[in-house]
Amino acid sequence: MNNVAIPGKAEYKWVGKRTIRPDGVDKVTGRAAYGADYSMPGMLYGKVLRSPHAHARIVKIDTSKAEALKGVKAVITAADWPEILPQRATKGTAPVNFRHLSDNLMARHKVLYDGHAVAALAATSLQVAKKALKLIEVDYEVLPHVIDPVAAAADGAPLLHEDLFTGGLEEKPMVPSNIANRVKFAIGDIEAGFEASDEIVEREYTTKAVHQGYIEPHAVTANMSEDGSATVWSSSQGQFMIRQYCAGLLELPASNIRVIPAEIGGGFGGKTTVWLEPHALLLSKKAGRPVKIQMSRDEVFRASGPTSGSWMKIKIGAKKDGTIMAGQAEYKFQAGAYPGSPVQIACMCGFTPYAIENVESVGYDVVVNRPKATAYRAPGAPIGAYGIESALDELSQKLNIDPMEMRLKNAAKQGTKTSYGPTLGVVGNVETMEAAKQHEHYSTPLGKNQGRGVASGFWFNVGGETSCAVSLLEDGSVMVTSGSPDIGGSRASLCNMAAEVLGCHFENVKAIIADTSSLGFNRHTGGSRVTFAAGIVVTDATKDMVQQLRERAALIWDIDVDAVEWLHGEARPAGPNAGDFEPLTLADIAGKTLETGGPINAKKSMNVQAPGPAFGTHIVDVEVDKETGHVTILRYTAVQDVGKAVHPSYVEGQIQGGAAQGVGWALNEEYIYSDEGRLENPGFLDYRIPVASDLPMIEAVMVEVANPTHPFGVRGVGEVPIIPPMAAIANAIDDAVGVRMTDLPMSPPKVLAALDASD
Amino acid sequence: MRPIDAIMANVIINREIARQYTNGQTEIEVTSDNIRAVIRELDERFPGVGEVLRTDMAVAIDGEIYQNVLLEPVRPNSEVAFLPAIEGG
Repeated sequence: MNNVAIPGKAEYKWVGKRTIRPDGVDKVTGRAAYGADYSMPGMLYGKVLRSPHAHARIVKIDTSKAEALKGVKAVITAADWPEILPQRATKGTAPVNFRHLSDNLMARHKVLYDGHAVAALAATSLQVAKKALKLIEVDYEVLPHVIDPVAAAADGAPLLHEDLFTGGLEEKPMVPSNIANRVKFAIGDIEAGFEASDEIVEREYTTKAVHQGYIEPHAVTANMSEDGSATVWSSSQGQFMIRQYCAGLLELPASNIRVIPAEIGGGFGGKTTVWLEPHALLLSKKAGRPVKIQMSRDEVFRASGPTSGSWMKIKIGAKKDGTIMAGQAEYKFQAGAYPGSPVQIACMCGFTPYAIENVESVGYDVVVNRPKATAYRAPGAPIGAYGIESALDELSQKLNIDPMEMRLKNAAKQGTKTSYGPTLGVVGNVETMEAAKQHEHYSTPLGKNQGRGVASGFWFNVGGETSCAVSLLEDGSVMVTSGSPDIGGSRASLCNMAAEVLGCHFENVKAIIADTSSLGFNRHTGGSRVTFAAGIVVTDATKDMVQQLRERAALIWDIDVDAVEWLHGEARPAGPNAGDFEPLTLADIAGKTLETGGPINAKKSMNVQAPGPAFGTHIVDVEVDKETGHVTILRYTAVQDVGKAVHPSYVEGQIQGGAAQGVGWALNEEYIYSDEGRLENPGFLDYRIPVASDLPMIEAVMVEVANPTHPFGVRGVGEVPIIPPMAAIANAIDDAVGVRMTDLPMSPPKVLAALDASD
Repeated sequence: MRPIDAIMANVIINREIARQYTNGQTEIEVTSDNIRAVIRELDERFPGVGEVLRTDMAVAIDGEIYQNVLLEPVRPNSEVAFLPAIEGG
């Protein structure tokens, strides 16, 4: 691994340039093949039957009438799935509980939420499949349900799992609970910190479950042969993850499964697990034909995972001069039907933008009768930041200190000890806050009922297992092969980095996303890892290729390899003593590979580490309509330390996209349930994500404090921008009309009610 | 080669783990020179803590996070902080 930092502002030929997007033409012309675009001869159409109840015992499932319908070729229930026993719940390096995952994908004894799968079938047409689905008879014993994390954590709440005992407690509990786990992070003396404070703010906040809102619903085609080998075409954030999870769930050898990644129409964390692939494989095995399954939007909302809703209590104390003396947080997060909310990460991230000596964060992971929570951009961090950054704003008001000054005064920097353990290395938090403060947006005058808010956020970033290959093709062009789905521009970024190392024109380099049979294992795309991690691996592989190119040139010229240098995409004699030779281009060397040793390529696999954390600070202006409670976003500036923007257009897109999703989370998005626990708004008409007319042009300001562990200084950029928006907007609303919104979404009825209450 | 006894890294562990396994000590000096040896050394001094630190834990060496590593070297005066493994979106 290259551990020599190149300053982020260094001049490069291709790194940092807005090169043409390699996937752009196919996407705008409709040629790009997404998950639903694959078909095969003899293919069947699958559908999944889902529970209408939030919580019920499955008494009996009768599939006989559906199986008898002409055109139905296979029906499966949990009886067709291998049961994963507790002792086999974890397998190898997979970061998942296979027992819970299996039960979530096909209910075995109880259904735990509206939308929980109970059966699936495959038929010769979609119409027949839909008709057959209605013929499956399920007898349910409906049970009391609970969807709120505070209610679910209370004594006497309906119990989801009889075998779930709270982890993380001093003494192992004797009775089961909906609280799956308790986590705690602390430094210093929290009581002494509050005693030393001149001013304290303490408030409770709540957030709602929100969906990742990807435009492309889940879709898969699977074909399992008689010999047990299978091919899967699907859209996901990780084809290797699909293979690993399907093999673990269905207890198949991983080598039996080849997964071919489709183009992905958005993931944002929601496609970091399997949703339909095991169903399609089992149906294909049973029917002996390929099977295609697509989710409807209704199913996407009811059955695939949103991020957690939450309750939290935040307490922050500071001296009169603005020095924060203590920060305390308590969180209860909805995990959905199975344990695993991101509450731990909320505990770790929330106070990290600030150097605080006394911090205590406690989190509870609470199961409720909702779909299992799934990752969503910087999982957990935006929720904690909403409460902490809101309380910090209120504290700065009480102390009569500018909110940006307050943040800068307490800003974490290199050497700051975090509440989750490590001391921060090279980070750009102060630089980011300074850039926000100095941006002219921050000092622009505001009008009546208009307000300005700021908020900051932190994300660790992620590395992980990464395999790539770089090949010299027969005409001298270069192919980069990556095993990580491109959801944020990684193909363009990898081409830029490979071209930079090779010194050739970027158009001479192309990148593809390979299937699972072509490369070693790759961790899924997520946590903002691919441009960082695959960038290191591709850079390393390309350097290896450059060495091979020099060796081939040395052979051609019959001189020592040390006498050959690689410069501007050509092999050249290193000096006058090396000899007088015309430079050899990539095409020249490619044309002579047969006589100099065969094909030239380099494959690398690494477990990439030290991703370098990132910070962001957002400024937002809003106008509040006091008659309707509607909040208009007037202006938005998102400032972020990106390390080095390898492809600035994609980095800006990541920042803008994260901020836009945060605006939706702040103002409109929420899961609405009936009294019976049924989701009432499973569609984009009633679950309102922001559209272009809801948003101003979001200005992305890229601060570049190079990550010293990356050859080009890269830091992950995709997670941070969704962390500050909710708090920044709440702070702006308070600045505009003097009401403190503590419950998301800050929709017109709630803002109006808050205004009425403040009169 | 530096002598082993010259290595003196500072290990930081969560208070909850410290309460259960290390008599409340959240900062512990070690003489080992890689993560596997650090965990082994801690387990010898505080039986049971090794299993906890090997399971679902990442480690930050001088502020840089490493996940699922055993052979990563530890330099003298390094800070070695154990923290939960991190998954992103």
